Amino acid sequence: MEYLVIIISTIFINNIVLAKFLGICPFLGVSKNTTTAIGMGGAVIFVMTISTIMTYLVQHYVLIPLDIAYMQTVTYILVIAFLVQVVEIVLKKVSPDLYQALGVYLPLITTNCTILGVAILVIQNEFNLFQSVVFAIGNSVGFTLAIVIFSSLREQLDLADLPESMQGIPAALITASILSMAFMGFAGLV
Amino acid sequence: MATQLSNKENFLKGIIRENPVFVILLELCPTLGVTSSAINGMGMGMATLFVLVMSNAVISLVKNLIPDKVRIPAFIVIIASFVTVVQLLMAAYTPALNEQLGIFIPLIVVNCIVLGRAEAFASRNTLWASTLDGLGMGVGFTFALTLLGIIRELLGSLSIFGFKLIDADGMLVFVLAPGAFITLGFIIAVMAWMKRKKPIKH
Repeated sequence: MEYLVIIISTIFINNIVLAKFLGICPFLGVSKNTTTAIGMGGAVIFVMTISTIMTYLVQHYVLIPLDIAYMQTVTYILVIAFLVQVVEIVLKKVSPDLYQALGVYLPLITTNCTILGVAILVIQNEFNLFQSVVFAIGNSVGFTLAIVIFSSLREQLDLADLPESMQGIPAALITASILSMAFMGFAGLV
Repeated sequence: MATQLSNKENFLKGIIRENPVFVILLELCPTLGVTSSAINGMGMGMATLFVLVMSNAVISLVKNLIPDKVRIPAFIVIIASFVTVVQLLMAAYTPALNEQLGIFIPLIVVNCIVLGRAEAFASRNTLWASTLDGLGMGVGFTFALTLLGIIRELLGSLSIFGFKLIDADGMLVFVLAPGAFITLGFIIAVMAWMKRKKPIKH
């Protein structure tokens, strides 16, 4: 039950993009069509789950025993950058199909603030390992849901006849605002 | 190219012409996330300004010592160190603001603008030019965040920098998440409209 609450609250109520404002850059940048949005979402689910486990272990078995928790930011970003490289190399060898689908999005993920953000939030919320994994999966699925819905809206938006100044990013941001209002309707669900 | 710019241009370009938020559309996460009030926006802008100036300065000094292949990880470590400095300073001296900005302070590390300026400018320019570039970009960023914060605070709670102007309830939605998106959308639309009316001279 506790895990179900984490899942629902991270996907719908506190959606990482629409309520917590993390990962706005890929949300606006990689959402021009649905196929790339799904690819990006898949890559985020994959990397976020692994990186949260890694940073959790690093925090509890390296940083805290050595009493250097203030090195958190530096260590995490290095772990994530390293991990993305490893995932890329392993995926290329082990599963060329998956690499084909996710490959181009992987380098972009190092600078995706959702990954580092979730790694830090897990520590701030004092989750245990299993809760952290569930939290990471929930957040990355929430990210994917938001970006996929948004990309299909943007595909329609291209056809709309808008004033010249509103075309492109301004219209996209206002659409995101309405989407965010829709997600606010989920508040109070849990 | 960039090296031909005068000192004044290095500083000024970040404020309007290449404003990191309104023109290049970078660093939107903190821009949207912390600007529920003017003071938060300004605090976040200042923290980023510090990191930008310091990392630009240090990177321009060590640029010849770093092998080309590992330059990005090296830049990230330098940036992350300064972010840690800011985190510790803010926790010590401005705990209330630190609480408000929360996770967005450590996330300065992954903000594209800091790494972007390191890679695009500081890694191939002198100390002085890089410092000015960082300062200009930082001021431009602070300006953008403060403006967004003022608008949202004014509409959302009818106050500016915490001073209540009218004793009534504002439109709460502007303080919440949707207000951030819609305000930024309209600011960018207005800037695009002004640009079309009066082309900025280059």
